[in-house]
Amino acid sequence: MTNSNPTRRSPRSQIRNIRFDQLRNYRLPLAGIVSILHRISGLLLFLCLPLLLWLFDLSLASERSFDHFVQISQSWVTRIVLLALGWALLHHLCAGVRFLLLDLHLGVDRIAAQRSSIAVLAVSGSLTLLFALHVFGVL
Amino acid sequence: MAFGSRRVLVGAHYGLRDWLVQRITALVLTVFVAVVVFGVAVAGELDYGAWSAIFAPLPMKLLTMLAIVALCYHAWIGVRDIWMDYVKPVAVRLALHVVTVLWLAYCLLWSIEILWSV
Repeated sequence: MTNSNPTRRSPRSQIRNIRFDQLRNYRLPLAGIVSILHRISGLLLFLCLPLLLWLFDLSLASERSFDHFVQISQSWVTRIVLLALGWALLHHLCAGVRFLLLDLHLGVDRIAAQRSSIAVLAVSGSLTLLFALHVFGVL
Repeated sequence: MAFGSRRVLVGAHYGLRDWLVQRITALVLTVFVAVVVFGVAVAGELDYGAWSAIFAPLPMKLLTMLAIVALCYHAWIGVRDIWMDYVKPVAVRLALHVVTVLWLAYCLLWSIEILWSV
């Protein structure tokens, strides 16, 4: 029983959170990037909820307000905001599906988790690109 | 309190309910997004008539209502987790919790008003 004598106890290893200034040197794995983006996109959607509701209201209230909505959505500022929110929704959705699968113990091992992270970034990225083409009138 | 292998599994507020609610609401929101995307894809040219027709039938209104309630509950759990992780002073954190709840309640009531005026 080495632990019964407090003077002979070896120093316990301590796990600390990294400090803010250490973030730059911290190599986050892909799964970690997907996870933090899931959080950022969620917060972004939460903060812009009134804006989305306002646009939803405009688009549904009447024919005239719908025209107003179309007019607003033509402006560059609105297009960029909509693009950001579109990415947020798509990433949040794709990463969320991945988390639900992980909850079902699907793809928990390291390689599979890395592959599904790539899949999330690829799918949400290409859908965002499609959405961008649509928002900017190419498609 | 019994922790470890003997802990109480139900009604002890370990967070299992919030965990479960966040996943159920996520599924509701996924279904809602899929239905709206499908509706838009089927509608073709999207003028006011076609767009409002998506939300006019009662089942779609109820699904939208359910999705908005799910959204608010989902956002509450997620945003609360963010405050709990990053905001340590209790007074600030509680204030943020209160603002979040009121904010979401306001959005919920507003969306009811939007939806039932279609």
